[in-house]
Amino acid sequence: MATVEIRDVRKAFGPLEVLHGVSVDMADGEFVVLVGPSGCGKSTLLRMLAGLENITSGEIAIGGKVVNTVPPKDRDIAMVFQNYALYPHMTVFDNMAFSLTLAKAPKAVMEQEVGRAAKILGLEQLLQRYPRQLSGGQRQRVAMGRAIVRNPQVFLFDEPLSNLDAKLRVQMRAEIKELHQRLKVTTVYVTHDQIEAMTMADKIVVMNGGNIEQIGQPLDLYDRPANLFVAGFIGSPAMNMVKGTVTGGVLRMDDGTTWPLPTNGPNGGIGAKEGPAVYGVRPEHLRLDGNGIPATVQVVEPTGSETQVMMKIGGQSVIGAFRERVTAKPGEILPVMPDPSLVHLFDQQSGRRL
Amino acid sequence: MTVATMTDWARAKPQPNWLMKLFDYKPFLVFVCLLPALGLLLVFLTYPLGLGIWLSFTDTKIGRAGQFIGLENFEYLLDDPQFWSAVFYSVFYTGVATFGKFALGLWLALLLNNHIPFKSLLRAVILLPWIVPTVLSALAFWWLYDPQFSVFSYLAVDILHIRSRPFDFLSTTWPARWSLIAANIWRGIPFVAISLLAGLQTISPSLYEAALLDGSSPWQRFRYITFPLLMPILAIVMTFSIIFTFTDFQLVYAITRGGPLNSTHLMATLAFQRGISGGELGEGAAIAVAMIPFLVGATLFSYFALSRRKWQQGEGDD
Repeated sequence: MATVEIRDVRKAFGPLEVLHGVSVDMADGEFVVLVGPSGCGKSTLLRMLAGLENITSGEIAIGGKVVNTVPPKDRDIAMVFQNYALYPHMTVFDNMAFSLTLAKAPKAVMEQEVGRAAKILGLEQLLQRYPRQLSGGQRQRVAMGRAIVRNPQVFLFDEPLSNLDAKLRVQMRAEIKELHQRLKVTTVYVTHDQIEAMTMADKIVVMNGGNIEQIGQPLDLYDRPANLFVAGFIGSPAMNMVKGTVTGGVLRMDDGTTWPLPTNGPNGGIGAKEGPAVYGVRPEHLRLDGNGIPATVQVVEPTGSETQVMMKIGGQSVIGAFRERVTAKPGEILPVMPDPSLVHLFDQQSGRRL
Repeated sequence: MTVATMTDWARAKPQPNWLMKLFDYKPFLVFVCLLPALGLLLVFLTYPLGLGIWLSFTDTKIGRAGQFIGLENFEYLLDDPQFWSAVFYSVFYTGVATFGKFALGLWLALLLNNHIPFKSLLRAVILLPWIVPTVLSALAFWWLYDPQFSVFSYLAVDILHIRSRPFDFLSTTWPARWSLIAANIWRGIPFVAISLLAGLQTISPSLYEAALLDGSSPWQRFRYITFPLLMPILAIVMTFSIIFTFTDFQLVYAITRGGPLNSTHLMATLAFQRGISGGELGEGAAIAVAMIPFLVGATLFSYFALSRRKWQQGEGDD
């Protein structure tokens, strides 16, 4: 087990810089999720951590030791790949024992180590199978087993669940989290799925375009997104972004519709600076209220546990997620009201939280 | 207006005539579709093969129909040292040339599979020996091996001064045999290299990355990842290569015509010399037929080597 420090790391492929100096500190035993849209540099960062990509500038330290020039096999890390990268011509046992085979470990040690990992993951019955004979979830487990056998200081996961179907993904998500709670090994997990990030992480690193947008605990990111990108990325359905002008203690849209200003935060409430702003309200923080803002219903999507309603307010699209069942028809007017203690205000130019 | 006419219009239902019905009849359709392939096989494969086998049991000469003489041709060949020399050299030629082609071809394929500058240009260049007509490249080798004008001799004698006399490539038995093998290897490398390169590119790079993290050395990655995953395609390419090499004719015929002293005859060139040049069609056919067991052996090798390995088989319980 070890800490991981990433200090002002940059990565350039030829003239193209894809990481513009990122810094993250990971505590010993922490589960850190790197999340962001495709092309944001999260996988590149993970591969640099693994030693599969060179570091253009900056420093990466594992367990206090700078590993910039340490070859992958000496970094004491294990990685689970997106496509699992199981050796197709080897049985599950041989796959998991491969690192020991390379190290010329005695047979007894191999059996003991593989047995231990197989027991943790419930793979005992499958050791003599070939990867092709396994289901997606089983392959996923073998890939994790191979990592566990290596007894690493840091686990790296590169989008490990994206090849699984939705139901299995939820199950494996819980399994990986449970595994981490049991082994308490520092884990870096890359995903583009914010739900995975929210549910699994101790700490989330939101990346976009080669930069880190925000680092924090899952609920911190949800409650206090630092900017418009994080606000829109975390949470599903995504936060509504209403454009308007702060004036006279309210946010006024072009058509005159007004929204109450947030009452949380240092600049919230009446003290907010006047001028153009983006008003962020999560769909689940809108409620039906007879005196609310009139919204024209466009589409109603009941999911059972809640009802999502796509609406138009002042010409802008707004989604509401309501606990109660909404029977409104398209075209009808629904009065909605945001909870002023849970809304956010962002600068229109910089996107930063106000 | 147009909308109304659109809805009124109904698609005409085609009425099948007898011809359409006939083609809808599956056995007939199967027969018709198989006909061209069957015809080609009959005319270009079964007939020549059958004729060759028949000729080998006769004493046919050019210009004179022969009579059935049973195994007499084969009995004669059993006592013919020249025939046995050709058998030996065919096997030797095939064995050494195949080994050389695969050693160099695999090496080239591994090199080309790396990120190197001008990769696509190099790949195109490597294909050249294979694209050039064999007779042309044989002529080039003929010049390279020429006792007077060989560029190798020129280099060694006149430039480097490490020899006093030119090389003697083709006028004694073993140098001639090795020279032909070298030419065959040169010509065969592209096929092996490009096929194996295609095989190498099907191996997922993440397997190498996983092996890298697992602590493997470059040799271990070749030994445990590349080689076993390349085995299936290696077996196919090797089978083809063995068959092509064993039945080689053009190179030997163009460079040495079997000489010196018939020492470089392959079974194919000997069959041609006896059957066509010598006019003894029956005997030539017998030599050609004698190649069949070797080719069947190579095919059987492929049959067993190519049978899908356990790890290649699909899902299911074992």
